[in-house]
Amino acid sequence: MSTNIQLNSEGKLKHFLTIDGLDKSLLTEILDTAESFVGISDQQVKKVPLLRGKSIVNLFFENSTRTRTTFELAASRLSADVISISIATSSTSKGESLLDTIRNLEAMFVDMFVVRHSISGAAHFIAQHTAPHISVINAGDGQHAHPTQAMLDLFTIRQFKKDFSNLRVAIIGDILHSRVARSEIQALNTIGVAEVRVIAPKTLLPAHVETMGVTVSHNLTEGLKDIDVIIMLRLQKERMASALLPSESEYFKCFGLTEEKLKIAKPDAIVMHPGPINRGVEIDSKVADGPQSVILRQVSNGIAIRMAIMAMAMQKQGAGE
Amino acid sequence: MSQNIHIKQGRIIDPANDIDRIGCVYIADGKIAAIDYQPDGFKADEVIDATDRIVCPGFIDLSTRLREPGQSRKATIASETRAAASAGITTMCIHPDTIPVIDTPAVAELIRDLAEKANYPQVYPIAALTQKLEGNELSSMLALKQAGCIAVGNGNEPVKNLLVLRRAMEYAASHDLLLMFRPNDYWLGGHGCLHEGAVSTRYGLPSIPEAAETIALAQCLELVELTGCRVHFGQLSCKRSIIKIHQAKKYGLNITADVAIHQLHLTENDMAPFDSAYHVLPPLRTETDKNWLRQNLANGTLDSICSDHQPHDIDAKLGAFPETEPGMSSLETVLPLMLRLVDQQALTLVQGIATLSSHPAHILRLNSGALTPGFSADVCVFDPTLNWQVNSDNWLSMGTNTPFWGQSLKGRVTHTLQAGKIIYRLG
Repeated sequence: MSTNIQLNSEGKLKHFLTIDGLDKSLLTEILDTAESFVGISDQQVKKVPLLRGKSIVNLFFENSTRTRTTFELAASRLSADVISISIATSSTSKGESLLDTIRNLEAMFVDMFVVRHSISGAAHFIAQHTAPHISVINAGDGQHAHPTQAMLDLFTIRQFKKDFSNLRVAIIGDILHSRVARSEIQALNTIGVAEVRVIAPKTLLPAHVETMGVTVSHNLTEGLKDIDVIIMLRLQKERMASALLPSESEYFKCFGLTEEKLKIAKPDAIVMHPGPINRGVEIDSKVADGPQSVILRQVSNGIAIRMAIMAMAMQKQGAGE
Repeated sequence: MSQNIHIKQGRIIDPANDIDRIGCVYIADGKIAAIDYQPDGFKADEVIDATDRIVCPGFIDLSTRLREPGQSRKATIASETRAAASAGITTMCIHPDTIPVIDTPAVAELIRDLAEKANYPQVYPIAALTQKLEGNELSSMLALKQAGCIAVGNGNEPVKNLLVLRRAMEYAASHDLLLMFRPNDYWLGGHGCLHEGAVSTRYGLPSIPEAAETIALAQCLELVELTGCRVHFGQLSCKRSIIKIHQAKKYGLNITADVAIHQLHLTENDMAPFDSAYHVLPPLRTETDKNWLRQNLANGTLDSICSDHQPHDIDAKLGAFPETEPGMSSLETVLPLMLRLVDQQALTLVQGIATLSSHPAHILRLNSGALTPGFSADVCVFDPTLNWQVNSDNWLSMGTNTPFWGQSLKGRVTHTLQAGKIIYRLG
């Protein structure tokens, strides 16, 4: 299956839509580039002139605080002009088609779109139909992909665990509805960890999830054995209404990460969460705020990773012209 | 008024009459006059040279949507009947989900009139099983039958209430009406747009399990036994449905079934990422399902092939995958894709033609689908080796929504006759 829409003719990054189809060397290049941007946030003048004169539009069809803010900060630290547009309602209910929205913004000489949308495939669709000089970065589409989150998680893991190849990573919770989980699984398998394990009740696992290269457990106590990295996923309240789970309290009892459960994993295991956290639903506050939690580090790393991806996509764009 | 036509020296394949030989077909008064031997006093007004071509009954398509009335920006009866004629299709059944729905004789008559005006009268509406297809109240099936409806059905809309379905089937059976049923459980099918499997998981797209089809199928089979209604199951997509149909037929239930042509060629793995041309319902399933559909078409468990033609305007397919409308424009790819099955030795040519002509005629109880003297002269003449490009030069449907767009296909109709009238000739 071709995902090369993301790469230009020289195999360099043009769009960043999904981890699917990207190779290990490109992921490593992103991580290394991000490394070089980490120091910038600590400087007095938190800017480099890499994208001076470029216009970036953050197009958020779905609400977001963290992702949007880190994308904005990343763009401005690269000296780009950035504006964020929130179109909270879906494009169709607004009357204007997604494509018309994009065409209008294109007419304003935009160089890059950062897109979040509630429908799987939206970023792909925009990348396919936008003008050839424009790069598209997927900031999350439906249940499909959230590749910058996956990259910042790899980046965070690399800061704490030197070698990916021996790691056992557990992803816990609502895999079915999670674009983060899909991108995480692909990123971890591409970079080459020893095992990706998903832990959830059957109602929160997509069909044939093992075809994505994971092992499956329905039991947190068993599933946490030998685990180096724990990635918790947010459980959305509306899942109870659609008969996927009986109650929050039962979910917490079975799949909530508590200090006691955390002890089952390796003693130096780190705890991650893409946010926003539901304290007391999927994770106990003592764990979220505890010594093994790297949740806030993930947020900080989000800026460097997004700077790296934007810079790489724009650089190749320049070279291609 | 009607011409005498002599179709000369073609390879005549007429499965119903067990004919497969080189010969001539003579047509007079809109009917098949004779095969092989020129009738006394026959003088041809036109001679069609069918050397190296195949002459067979015109194709009968059990599942189409022509979009009129209501959605003429997608397609019209005039445009789609032209496309059908160019594809050798001489009879079409159209689903009741027009706008308005075919639940009153007026709508059925309007469609028949528009088809007449398009010089393609053999368009048969399928009457709505329930009013507005809402699954609550019965439609006036008898009046609709008298207005020219050939069967009843609920389009793609499930009848959620099984008591209503039971009553509707009992009522249809009382008037000896065929129910054309596409099994799909409302709740299990949900808002899915892709087969529930590895691909839907990878793309995070809402999915449809096979059970959405098989459970609805099993329920309806039980009601066939209870009500005695004749049922034709349309557009089956998976192995487990085939098993159920096979068992039910063996058990002696009065049922038939078809498969859409694209299900015999495409699977979930053929979709380029988020390519809306592959968005169809039921969804494209697995290689195993495809092979089962092929084998069971060959062994007769499945009776016929339909186009499941659903033309769309460009905008309907331009969007993020789940927001696009399902369906392919497929009248014009039926013959070449059937011939591809023959090339791939999934079917014999005789079987392929039978699944498109004599079998659907039998299902609809029509005196057609065969070159029997006295039958209406619905005839297709095609060149099985002619290659053509699927592009705007060669395409007549208003809907260009086909995943085969741009490809080269083999096999093209040269002449189509409907009731003895040449309604299409190539070039």
